[in-house]
Amino acid sequence: MDGLMTEAMIRADSLSKRYGAVEALKEASFVVNRGEIVGFLGPNGAGKTTTMKILTGYISPTSGRAEVAGHDVETDSVEARRAIGYLPEHTPLYTEMLVSEYLEYVAEMRGYKGAEAKKRIKKVVEETDLGAKLGAEIRALSKGYRQRVGLAQALVHEPPILILDEPLSGLDPNQAAGVRDLIRALGRERTVILSTHNLAEVQVTCQRVLIIAGGRLVADDTPEGLTASRGRPRLLVTMKREPSFDASAFEARLRALSAVENVRAIGLDDPGEIAFELTSASGADARAEVFHAAVESRGVLLGLERRGGDLEDVFRSLTTEASKERAS
Amino acid sequence: MSLVLTLAKRQFRSYFNGPTAYIVLGLVLFVLGFLFWETFFLYDRASVREMFNYLRAILVVATPALTMNLIAEEKRTGTIELLLTMPVTDVQVLAGKFLGVLGLFGVLVLLTLPYPIAVSTLGPLDWGPVFSGYLGLFLQGAAMLAIGLMASTVSENQIVAFFVALVLTAFFATIGMLVPLLPASLGHVFEYMSFGYHFEGLARGVVDLRAVVYFTSLTTIAGLLSLYVLESRRFR
Repeated sequence: MDGLMTEAMIRADSLSKRYGAVEALKEASFVVNRGEIVGFLGPNGAGKTTTMKILTGYISPTSGRAEVAGHDVETDSVEARRAIGYLPEHTPLYTEMLVSEYLEYVAEMRGYKGAEAKKRIKKVVEETDLGAKLGAEIRALSKGYRQRVGLAQALVHEPPILILDEPLSGLDPNQAAGVRDLIRALGRERTVILSTHNLAEVQVTCQRVLIIAGGRLVADDTPEGLTASRGRPRLLVTMKREPSFDASAFEARLRALSAVENVRAIGLDDPGEIAFELTSASGADARAEVFHAAVESRGVLLGLERRGGDLEDVFRSLTTEASKERAS
Repeated sequence: MSLVLTLAKRQFRSYFNGPTAYIVLGLVLFVLGFLFWETFFLYDRASVREMFNYLRAILVVATPALTMNLIAEEKRTGTIELLLTMPVTDVQVLAGKFLGVLGLFGVLVLLTLPYPIAVSTLGPLDWGPVFSGYLGLFLQGAAMLAIGLMASTVSENQIVAFFVALVLTAFFATIGMLVPLLPASLGHVFEYMSFGYHFEGLARGVVDLRAVVYFTSLTTIAGLLSLYVLESRRFR
């Protein structure tokens, strides 16, 4: 079982892609194992879509190689594609077709006929909850339903690998929640790689994050691992607001603490309490010092909460580092 | 092969899912009927040679209208990416597209059959040249459609694809007219390149192998160029 879990389903080996003078992807190497849901994160134009197009065999890398389910995407492209269900960005579909017609066409393209095709279509329609829309023209569907049709077409051949390019962009929160649940359910038995620039998305959906910036892979870790190692831990200090408590003096006192690097007052318009967000230098624990400072200022300490840095910090710092590097 | 047929079927059906098939087929038959019957009684001959000539002229405009969306529209909407990441080769995709539009062209050709049938009731029609003429029409149509397919792979704009195809097919359709103006050596080359030169024999009832080779070569060359353009996406 253990051996099965670590089987590499996608293997990219120093992939590079150059469009004319633009280097869209530089020496990207990564492995995605069976059963993982991996988030591919990066600003627009970072190389996410390029990587996905290479993995699905739509374009060729300028150098490097990639394997999908053990098949080289260049020399054994058709076999590699059989293992992949792909949903490109913006969900391109034949909008003049009916949902049922379209799924029949996809099943046929995947080599299924007659009863087998019907069985497959029935299964994906159940999985994606499209039953009520089978007779609708695709152009008449809402974006959420189109996304479901896009996922359904990617699932007809029960691929072990799903490659989804921004599957949640452009959906309203309810639709996004529905599609997200669907992706998580699909990921239980499949390897999923999905690109997004929505950080909250990655934290709830993915077990691992690949961050790409300026064509380079700059991080490969779990969301928790990334925030623990790269994010700056913060301390949220909440004080009771009373006439006897001098907030600005307290803020100055906090600033003077050796373990504290920066202080930011928040929630200033709350009449009952005032909060300060502290960033501590090199992750030092400033809680004891803060407590003493509160006592010395004769303030009432309502809350003292340690927060890990969030993925957004990590994303910002990693992607701006990369663009600075590129500029230099 | 079955994948090619699946693709062809989808392409063929898509013409009927929208207005394209009805508009193009309707207009072609209307204009053809008008031109043909207006002059038919003036010539007072039981022949459909004029029908073929009118039809071949109309096709210069009609075939680009049928082919302009083949690849261009898939590129514009992005469906090309799903299509080309299915377990199919680029050759199969182009073959399917081509067969799909060729099927629609076949329907158009069949819909002109009432003309020779009507003519045969009016006078003694020689069916030999009619059959060879239909063969020529089909071969020339295939070449024009292949040229249109190529034009459609070049651009993601259907209008551009239409005009590129129109210019190219018009070139092969009219180049024969320049022959009298040119020195003999160049004239021969131009004459050999023209649709008309090869169609003439077929319209008279002579199935000349050279004509068959000419039209199929043109079709093949346009197909290979389409493949080259389609595959170039990988390396750009």
